[in-house]
Amino acid sequence: MSGARRVLPWLGLLALVLLPALAGKFYVELVAKIMIMAVFALSLDLLVGVTGLVSLGHAAFFGLASYVLVLATPDKYAAASLWTSLPLAVAASALLALAIGAVALRTRGVYFIMVTLALSQMVYFVFHDTKIAGGSDGTYLYVKPELKLGGRSLLDLNDSTQFYYAMLGLLLLTFAFLRLLLASRFGRALSGIRSNEQRMRALGFNTYAYKLAAFTIAGAIAGIAGYFAAAQFGFINPEMLSWHQSANVLLMVILGGLGNLFGAVVGAFTFVLLQDLFSSLTKHWLLLMGGFVILAVMLLPGGLTRADETWHAWLARMRRG
Amino acid sequence: MAETMLAASGLTRRFGGLVAVDDVSIELRRGQIHAVIGTNGAGKSTLINLLAGEIAPTSGSVSLAGHAVTGTRPHRLARLGIGRTFQRSNVFAEFTALENCRLAAQARNPRAWALHERAARCATSSEAAARALAAVGLTARGDMPAGLLSHGERRELEIAMCLATDPTVLLLDEPLAGMGAEESQRVLELLRRLKPERAILLVEHDMDAVFAVADVITVMADGAVLASGAPETVRNDPAVREAYLGDAEFGPLAPLAGRGSG
Repeated sequence: MSGARRVLPWLGLLALVLLPALAGKFYVELVAKIMIMAVFALSLDLLVGVTGLVSLGHAAFFGLASYVLVLATPDKYAAASLWTSLPLAVAASALLALAIGAVALRTRGVYFIMVTLALSQMVYFVFHDTKIAGGSDGTYLYVKPELKLGGRSLLDLNDSTQFYYAMLGLLLLTFAFLRLLLASRFGRALSGIRSNEQRMRALGFNTYAYKLAAFTIAGAIAGIAGYFAAAQFGFINPEMLSWHQSANVLLMVILGGLGNLFGAVVGAFTFVLLQDLFSSLTKHWLLLMGGFVILAVMLLPGGLTRADETWHAWLARMRRG
Repeated sequence: MAETMLAASGLTRRFGGLVAVDDVSIELRRGQIHAVIGTNGAGKSTLINLLAGEIAPTSGSVSLAGHAVTGTRPHRLARLGIGRTFQRSNVFAEFTALENCRLAAQARNPRAWALHERAARCATSSEAAARALAAVGLTARGDMPAGLLSHGERRELEIAMCLATDPTVLLLDEPLAGMGAEESQRVLELLRRLKPERAILLVEHDMDAVFAVADVITVMADGAVLASGAPETVRNDPAVREAYLGDAEFGPLAPLAGRGSG
């Protein structure tokens, strides 16, 4: 199965590269959306899978960047420049993550989960209960941001195929960045914190600072995802920052398998495709989804990307009787 | 007199009504192995936790190389040169033995911002890690996940990780517990080699080992210091003999009785 592990990611990449040539607009847009969710899930995997920080408030950073893009596009007919609005949106998400992380990381375990949930819900209610960007109804983004250099357009986000390849590039870039980060000293220290934080402190690591840096980086990457989600949907509402969204992305990471980055991507694809499939079958699709999640965590406790290990362990148990 | 590296004065720690460490003063000097002995619950591990900054003292003070460090957080103390081991092996179970030591050495050379550099390629940390593993005789186990090592090997890894941070003060909490005779001998040899440049605090139950390597012995009982001084002095101290079961012939200090009266 280790051969499959080597080959499958490349086959997946090949399929993603070829998809616009083979499938219709509906699927191109759906998969573009999934790739945005995969970037979002990757950012959460840095916290949950790598550092061992289970955050239930990650959507706040995703949603805030969406709002920043809309607020940076005040005119219905004039597009925002991607050069300025993307850094602005990401900076806002990173700052919010820094602030929330600074408070939440003073707690541990289940308290950390509760504090991230509570603080992100505060952000949700700021956009839900005020008149900012349409309040609880949300608002439209009439024109997508432009990417221009010297008056020439480099990328037309209105074109489904161009948007698709831009998101594929973003996903690959995010994945490569996190791979690099995991192998660096910083990444090894984060893994050490997940494994044994007390020992890391005793060795001389300021674990609070490391966790806060990871939390901020994860928030910034979630912001990138949120920015492009708003650019694709052309519509935002407070649900994008709500805890449902946080729970969905956490489910994606758990379904796919924690801490190996591939899991976040596989989880995002599985989750969104199943959501699509189940909701086309019945309006009670959440029941089916819930059933699937329960089965998956029971049968594949390591996630889909560790299915081979789970299978081998099961075979070994059977053989022993 | 050798230079004092770590000094505690009037150190007290209460947990509710329990006084775990009661007005303890202790000086660790360069070139000395300072053993702390006492029955279970005498406050030895709490003393190490206080000296390493893991818990804050209720009262009293700690100074490192003449600078007050009372209440300093553990990671800062570690970077100032205090290395410690834990009573229960406290390693990164899923990392290899070498990676455990490399991560320990990395604490001295963190470069956390250098995201483009692979940690495994860091020559400084990798060499320090290899030296630390070699010092405890674990080189052959370098690629094995720490969780799969034998109990004794994990105890050795515990010490190697501490060494990899290149500490000037070592706080060792029962490093020999669960080790075989050969492993124990190797660790005692290692401590002798390490001591000229460092101050070593050794909490240990193995009295043969303690009397073989210690330059100074402090005996604790009920959180307080019962006696402190050269091994000979402590061995013949009536209060120590009294505290250990009244009769030293059969107690944990039996080896001490044999040599003391002989």
